[in-house]
Amino acid sequence: MCSTCGCENSNDVLIMKPGDKPVHHHHHDHEHHGHHHDHEHGHHHGDVIELEKDILTVNNMLAERNRGYFEAKNITAINLVSSPGSGKTSLLEKTLTDLKGKFSFYVIEGDQRTMNDAERIDKTEIPVVQINTGQGCHLDSNMINKAVKQLNPVDNSVIFIENVGNLVCPAMFDLGEKSRVVIISVTEGDDKPVKYPDMFASANLCIINKTDLLPYVDFDTEKAKEYALRVNPGLEFIELSARTGEGMETWYNYLEKIRL
Amino acid sequence: MHELSIAMSIVDIAEEEAKKANIKKFAAIELEIGTLSGIVTEALDFAWQEAVKGSVLQDAELKVTPVKAVARCNDCGQNFEAQTLYDACPGCGSYFTRLIKGKEMKIKSLTVDF
Repeated sequence: MCSTCGCENSNDVLIMKPGDKPVHHHHHDHEHHGHHHDHEHGHHHGDVIELEKDILTVNNMLAERNRGYFEAKNITAINLVSSPGSGKTSLLEKTLTDLKGKFSFYVIEGDQRTMNDAERIDKTEIPVVQINTGQGCHLDSNMINKAVKQLNPVDNSVIFIENVGNLVCPAMFDLGEKSRVVIISVTEGDDKPVKYPDMFASANLCIINKTDLLPYVDFDTEKAKEYALRVNPGLEFIELSARTGEGMETWYNYLEKIRL
Repeated sequence: MHELSIAMSIVDIAEEEAKKANIKKFAAIELEIGTLSGIVTEALDFAWQEAVKGSVLQDAELKVTPVKAVARCNDCGQNFEAQTLYDACPGCGSYFTRLIKGKEMKIKSLTVDF
């Protein structure tokens, strides 16, 4: 049992800034509009309620609410998705360090456990909150809603959301972002886009990272792009190395472009 | 295992409906799941047992109707049954296609127990 709130589930979501004490956010604590209608007509055994309702209605509605908030404040929210180890955090560190004089940035880090990524971002002096999903394999719009409230971002800022490293589950959950960026690195297989098509189908941009390692691996960049375009004919690509800085200019131009 | 989140979202919706209509228990629930929705039915079945415990769906029969995926070729306009998100058009071979059916994740109906 959790000592803070006495809940039975030790796998609840934690959202906190570096240095904060843990406060639990229960998975089911989003605000339900709890109108309790006492209908005059009673339902009887065997009655069928035709619902025709999308299963992800709650997530999608809250994602739209996040999106509306971002739009009103002219905030650009970017959802970074990839398998673990593709270099999302390194890309962020480099981007924040290079551009922090230019934009107001905020970062939301998603991992099952640890504050490690938030601590890395904290060193760049950019405001950051860490979401620990516990058993959860993806971020959802409710977690983002809460994390954004903690960050209290200023108008015209850019929020990076680093999703849980997982090329499957995060594809299904809209967070209210303006752009979804999928990152693959050249140390992975070039057939990733067809192995995990849902993520590539839902992304706006594909970053191919660690291009400095191309001479040492068998990754075929053109083949990877061709596979990704089969899944998503509208996908854009940027090849870069967050380590050497090669290609980062193109990524920065993309950020400028989507902010408009 | 996003199927657990999916199952929990279904339970949330059913609880909400039960509260609205003053229902204690549902006897059945019918879902429509697209074959390219990203939900694995076996994984959903597995997560289901855990998610419905103690809820209005605890004893409800779960019926899942699959919706076959259909894509349309943007080049030649042909509709075809899609097996993956990257099928080539069987008519002209183009990959410039879009899915028009098969992403559904819907609760179609709830059957009242008492």
